[in-house]
Amino acid sequence: MASEKPLGSCPAYSYHTLLWDTLRLICTTTAVQRKNAGASGPEKYTEAFIKKQIEEFNLGKRHLANMMGEDPETFTQEDIDRAIAYLFPSGLFDKQARPLMKHPTEVFPEQRKIQWGEDGRPFHFLFYTGKQSYYSLMHVSILSVINNASSQSNNICDILNRNLAGSRWLTKIELEEMLVEKMSDDDYSRFIRLLEKLVALPCADLEEKYIQKFSKEVPAQLQKVLIEPLQYDERGVAFSTGEGRRKTASATAVVYDNGTGKITVNGIDILHYFPVLQDREQLLFPFQFLGRIGKHDMVCTVSGGGRSAQAGAIRLASAKALRSFVTEKEVEFMRQAGLLTVDPRVKERKKPGQEGPRRKFTWKKR
Amino acid sequence: MLRSLQGLVCRSLKLDHGCALHTAARGGLSSVSSQDVPAENLRAVFHTSESDPAKHTEQHEGRLYNIPLEEVKAVFPHGLPYRFQQQIQTFNEARVMVRKPALELLAYLKGSNFAHPAVRYVIYGERGTGKTMTLCHVVHYCSRQGWLVLHIPDAHLWVKNCKELLQSSYKKDRLDQPLQASVWLKNFKSSNERFLQEIKTQKKYMWGKQESTEEGRPLGEVVEQGLARVRSASDAVGVVLREIKQQSHRGSFRLLVAVDGVNALWGRTSLRKEDKSPVSPEELTLVHNLRKMVRNDWSGGAIVTTLSQTGSLFKPSSAYTPQELLGKEGFDALDPFVPIPVPNYSPGEFESCYGYYLERKWLQHEKAHTEDGKAELRFLSGSNPRQLDRLAGPL
Repeated sequence: MASEKPLGSCPAYSYHTLLWDTLRLICTTTAVQRKNAGASGPEKYTEAFIKKQIEEFNLGKRHLANMMGEDPETFTQEDIDRAIAYLFPSGLFDKQARPLMKHPTEVFPEQRKIQWGEDGRPFHFLFYTGKQSYYSLMHVSILSVINNASSQSNNICDILNRNLAGSRWLTKIELEEMLVEKMSDDDYSRFIRLLEKLVALPCADLEEKYIQKFSKEVPAQLQKVLIEPLQYDERGVAFSTGEGRRKTASATAVVYDNGTGKITVNGIDILHYFPVLQDREQLLFPFQFLGRIGKHDMVCTVSGGGRSAQAGAIRLASAKALRSFVTEKEVEFMRQAGLLTVDPRVKERKKPGQEGPRRKFTWKKR
Repeated sequence: MLRSLQGLVCRSLKLDHGCALHTAARGGLSSVSSQDVPAENLRAVFHTSESDPAKHTEQHEGRLYNIPLEEVKAVFPHGLPYRFQQQIQTFNEARVMVRKPALELLAYLKGSNFAHPAVRYVIYGERGTGKTMTLCHVVHYCSRQGWLVLHIPDAHLWVKNCKELLQSSYKKDRLDQPLQASVWLKNFKSSNERFLQEIKTQKKYMWGKQESTEEGRPLGEVVEQGLARVRSASDAVGVVLREIKQQSHRGSFRLLVAVDGVNALWGRTSLRKEDKSPVSPEELTLVHNLRKMVRNDWSGGAIVTTLSQTGSLFKPSSAYTPQELLGKEGFDALDPFVPIPVPNYSPGEFESCYGYYLERKWLQHEKAHTEDGKAELRFLSGSNPRQLDRLAGPL
């Protein structure tokens, strides 16, 4: 590894070396962790190596803070991320493929230290089972089950039940990461069954904390999207607006109540703006799904994209606008039908050495 | 509001898509066996049995009336939109919807004074709203009343896709179109047989060096001459038009000039002369004579015309007003005229058309029978008759 040069030693190159140092800390992807390489095989990274990496990371963090003109003492991980995104802008779609700079413990997978001492005796009493962490975990959990089963108290953990409603157990991979040890599917399912048994029993606070170690909140459901309330225009008619995008087209739609089903796009009737049936069907979909075909009027503006993209954008915008008119259950139905999801498909970039995004040049044998 | 099964259902007049609506009169009693009672009642609502356009009033608006098939062949040898003809074949009956523009026109015609010069009516509207069908409705009325009907099905056919252009023998700088002229003469003959015997020529006409038609011969002979000698067909057409125009104000018959796609007469043509120079409409004999007919310097009849963007040349597809389609020249030539706009289906008319399709089992899809299906059809077609017809086809 190149030695760190003090600031100001080579004025012409100092900026580049700093950047290079910080660059070296940037690893490509943490997806490697997915395979939990740390648990298998002998150690790939020595402790000394990891320590060195941590030192370099801290130093690089201070250099980065200096570069960005911020205070090195109070430079948090979010600041680092923002700085890296600014200095190395990347158009790659996969967030994990972009340059990143994180603490080495997050980057390098956790791996087990040597489990036995100098005399060859293993530290853990369950070492010779082969899966020591797993079995020790099972022992601890079973102990808590037995303790709770014997106690006759009747207070059921309400908090836990509430939590479990919006949470899930750790997946097998996550559990493997936590224990830094491989396990089979059977082992995993046994453990989960044990946990559920524990949850069913009346439990004390300690058990609660223990169980929460193994459960995760499901963030997607708990994140509620705010639905705008209805607005009223000067005639007293209720209306609501929505925006939508598709490929390069963006649209805004204003849906009025008490209408006859008339739809105007950029001031033109839909029959003239969308002569193709397919586009009109796209516009029809949200209304038909809710069964409100002739009940609303709509005025939309759309720009960009082609005819299909504009139709898709208006469809999304009108679905978003219709959320305000409709019960929450129907909003959930709409979401499941895919009416409220932004379509992420965009034109794929052309690669060099190929004729198009996927098409290769004609292969000639000679 | 159930009318008796004798109600007439008028056809919706559409530009290119005939929407043959069922007539209750014929169908109701005979096909009772396959229908339930509610369906029969439904049918009664949409149809009228009044098959004489003269008796159509606002009561019949939105309903479909039947034209007996023999009459269809006699009155409309040409002139019905193609899709409508297909529909007649499929449903084995010809049903036309009575709509407001047609009723308006009929009222004008009934109340017009035939001593005055002929009034010009221009039917205009967006694509597929029923202009040609309105025209056909009026033509049916006039033929029932015993008028002489001069029906040019589509003037655009005369200004484009002509394979043979002959130099006219009558005037050196004009061009003849023998094929189109002969086709039209044939159809004209089949629709107006009796008039051709009654009307006599007032002048002697020379066809080339040897043949001629004497004065006082029935007009039928001129037509025969045109059909026999295809080269002089265009001139025969010109003669026929001239004679009819001159004699119409004498009062022995009423004349209706019905031109579909009248904007073709003043636009551009897609034809070229042998030296590749473009042909302008005045240089075509047929167009020249037709323009003379459409002028209001004669009396004893009416001129009903339709604007059409569909067949027009060099005009944008969003153009539908008289100003845009006729151009300055045409507008001045047709001025003054009575404009008659034809809109899309009103809700009642839409119900009528939908009910007819249902009844004739044209809509086979099970969803099409529901209210939702109807709302969907209404949305997707935008209440445009042509779109509805096209949509209902695959269902």
